[in-house]
Amino acid sequence: MGSDGTTANGTGFFDSVTDAADRLAATGYLASTAVATTVFLADRLGKPLLVEGPAGVGKTELAKALAALGQARLVRLQCYEGIDEARALYEWNHAKQLLRITAGRDEGWEEARGDIFGEEFLLTRPLLTAIRGEEPTVLLIDEMDKADVEVEALLLEVLSDFQVTVPELGTITATRRPFVLLTSNATRELSEALRRRCLFLHLDYPDAELERRIVRLKVPGLDDTLAESLVRIVGALRAMELRKAPSVAETIDWARTLLALGADTLDEAVVRDTLGVVLKHQDDIRKAAQKLTPA
Amino acid sequence: MTTAPRHTGAAGAPVPVGEAVPAGEPVTADTAARLTGLVRALRGHGLRIGPAETVDAAAVLDVLGFTDRERIRAGLAAALLRSDGQRAVFDATFDLFFPLGVGTPEAVRADPPPVPEDPEPPRFGRPDPLRDDLRDRLAAALAADDRAAQARLAGEVMEAFGRYGAGGTPGSDGWSAQQALGRLSPETLLARILTALRRPGAPTDLSDLVLADEVRRRIRDFRALVTTEARRRVAELRGPERIAERAVAPTADRIDFLYAGRDQLAELRRTVHPLARKLATRLAARRRRAARGHIDLRRTLRRSLTTGGVPLRPAYRLRRPARPELVLLCDVSGSVAGFADFTMLLVQAMSEQFSKVRVFAFVNRTAEVTDLLRSGDDPARLAARILTGAKVTGYHGNSDYGSALGGFADHHLDAVGPRTCVLVLGDARNNHRDPNVDALRRIAGRARRVFWLNPEQPSLWTTGDSAALAYAAVVEMHPCRNARRLGELITRLLPV
Repeated sequence: MGSDGTTANGTGFFDSVTDAADRLAATGYLASTAVATTVFLADRLGKPLLVEGPAGVGKTELAKALAALGQARLVRLQCYEGIDEARALYEWNHAKQLLRITAGRDEGWEEARGDIFGEEFLLTRPLLTAIRGEEPTVLLIDEMDKADVEVEALLLEVLSDFQVTVPELGTITATRRPFVLLTSNATRELSEALRRRCLFLHLDYPDAELERRIVRLKVPGLDDTLAESLVRIVGALRAMELRKAPSVAETIDWARTLLALGADTLDEAVVRDTLGVVLKHQDDIRKAAQKLTPA
Repeated sequence: MTTAPRHTGAAGAPVPVGEAVPAGEPVTADTAARLTGLVRALRGHGLRIGPAETVDAAAVLDVLGFTDRERIRAGLAAALLRSDGQRAVFDATFDLFFPLGVGTPEAVRADPPPVPEDPEPPRFGRPDPLRDDLRDRLAAALAADDRAAQARLAGEVMEAFGRYGAGGTPGSDGWSAQQALGRLSPETLLARILTALRRPGAPTDLSDLVLADEVRRRIRDFRALVTTEARRRVAELRGPERIAERAVAPTADRIDFLYAGRDQLAELRRTVHPLARKLATRLAARRRRAARGHIDLRRTLRRSLTTGGVPLRPAYRLRRPARPELVLLCDVSGSVAGFADFTMLLVQAMSEQFSKVRVFAFVNRTAEVTDLLRSGDDPARLAARILTGAKVTGYHGNSDYGSALGGFADHHLDAVGPRTCVLVLGDARNNHRDPNVDALRRIAGRARRVFWLNPEQPSLWTTGDSAALAYAAVVEMHPCRNARRLGELITRLLPV
């Protein structure tokens, strides 16, 4: 599909949407059309990809799968409240700088200054590491919504131009663009400026067919009819108004539990005993148990 | 956009996609016009899409080509959308500007269904072989969950039953999903599909319990298919711009509280928790800023004595971290129940942001309903629970703000203190009774702040039996027609 003219800006992982879907599947990540298309576009257009969606639908897994299939280094920046420049971008190694100054006691200020703000004393943090790498890189900025608003401003330069400015060293531009993936659980709204620089993918619960395939892939020992009933019940639970709807991760956990228990049908007793694996709130469990009681 | 050369986006700026030979067809003038039309329609629905995004979208089309419609849908969504709430609007608008085909669906044209010998619309009781045939095939397609067959049937159904006013004056004809679905009535197939699918004997496997829900969902999806098909056919007659403007449902946060239907209210309820989380972070940010406080001059000067009168270390006046109390006073009568419901659930979901939340409801008498709001009970039945469980009506069932406010001021005024923020929710339509402004004044006198949120727009406040202006003279009144506005008001007004 197409020639290579556009890959100059991109990361060049994929040739086509089909290629993206196939190779993701080969690493154990079953992608829907939307996921495969968007990942391919992010790759081809060289834009960061912002993935939003409920917890446990495989946002972080997607980054890992991308790194695996591109044989790329995965650089991960885990965001948290209070993360700052020194943790995300770079930091000067103060202790080492002090040692250097003490060691060179007799030299002049000019020499020392030129020296201590050199590469040797720079501690690179994930963002700078990803930018400076020569090999293919996947940069995962995880749970962006946990970080403070100020950090977003820090990211803008990295995301739009793939460069980082260190005042003492100048601007460092990526020789090879990393594939950037941001994830968010939407606990707060990300700024418009950040969103504008990214392609947006809402990763939702998969449809029944895809989820069955995921269960079969992740829990191969489980009986097919049981897997089907399981996926159908999870689908029904998601349609209810629950505090926390079960996610793919929970479906897989449930499948593993059933396999471990050696259950062969989903009858009332089995469901009652294992509902806690899928639902995490007492209210939800009560509501679901009510729904799943034979009349 | 009429003479756009290849690789030219919305604003005439070159699309940065290099000199590649595009995957499918080039981005032609027609496609560019289609794309800008789509973007304009989306903007009309309140989505903020700049030229940069449009250019991205053009690059997406260029890279993807035109071989797979679902891929184009996913690609354009990635370039144009910024949140999940915009997806429904996008999908409906996309279907209008990038339609599945022109005229009769291709599959139906290639393999036309049997033409009925008797084209007269059958009267009640007469056999209707065309309808029966479609229903049979639909039942089979729904039972097998065969999406392709369902899509084809939606086209056929529209072709057979959807047309109205054909042959009349131009502009009076069209396609109606309502009419087609009315003839077909897919809901009545439920029992038939269930008997076909149910395994004989008592259900041992619990997944059979959810079967009815699944089939209902499939029927609902089929109805949506038919509606989309109708919109597509009408758009061919009238142009996609007009249909996009009128027939595409707004995003959940822009649904008007007063005119929301049952499904829309359910959709709104699903947004309660995400919205509550967002508002909580906004309030927390305001609180953080407020907690920084101002310079305490007296303590700064006192401290400066230790440094020889130079104020090296400024002292700040610290604020005590106290959260406000909130009292909600809601009109729960039929006309504004949707608004009251949503706000009560939202405030309940945000309850950790306040030191205390008390909720009172009224139609013409006031009763406390805080306990009825506890989470865990079905939020969809909240209104019914309040109307049966609390004494909110007196001798008649009409709204009476005067006696409700009077009752609150007489019996529950202890709920309001100097740290309390009171929110009154209602349209102030008083059925021409005494507004009892004095009672509101008594409440306002005790509370820290009182706000009135009115789901009607200000131009209606002077009409009919509305006492809004009388109340607005005493307390701040804000129009609040949809969830987006409510969110803005809550973050802006509530004291932190």
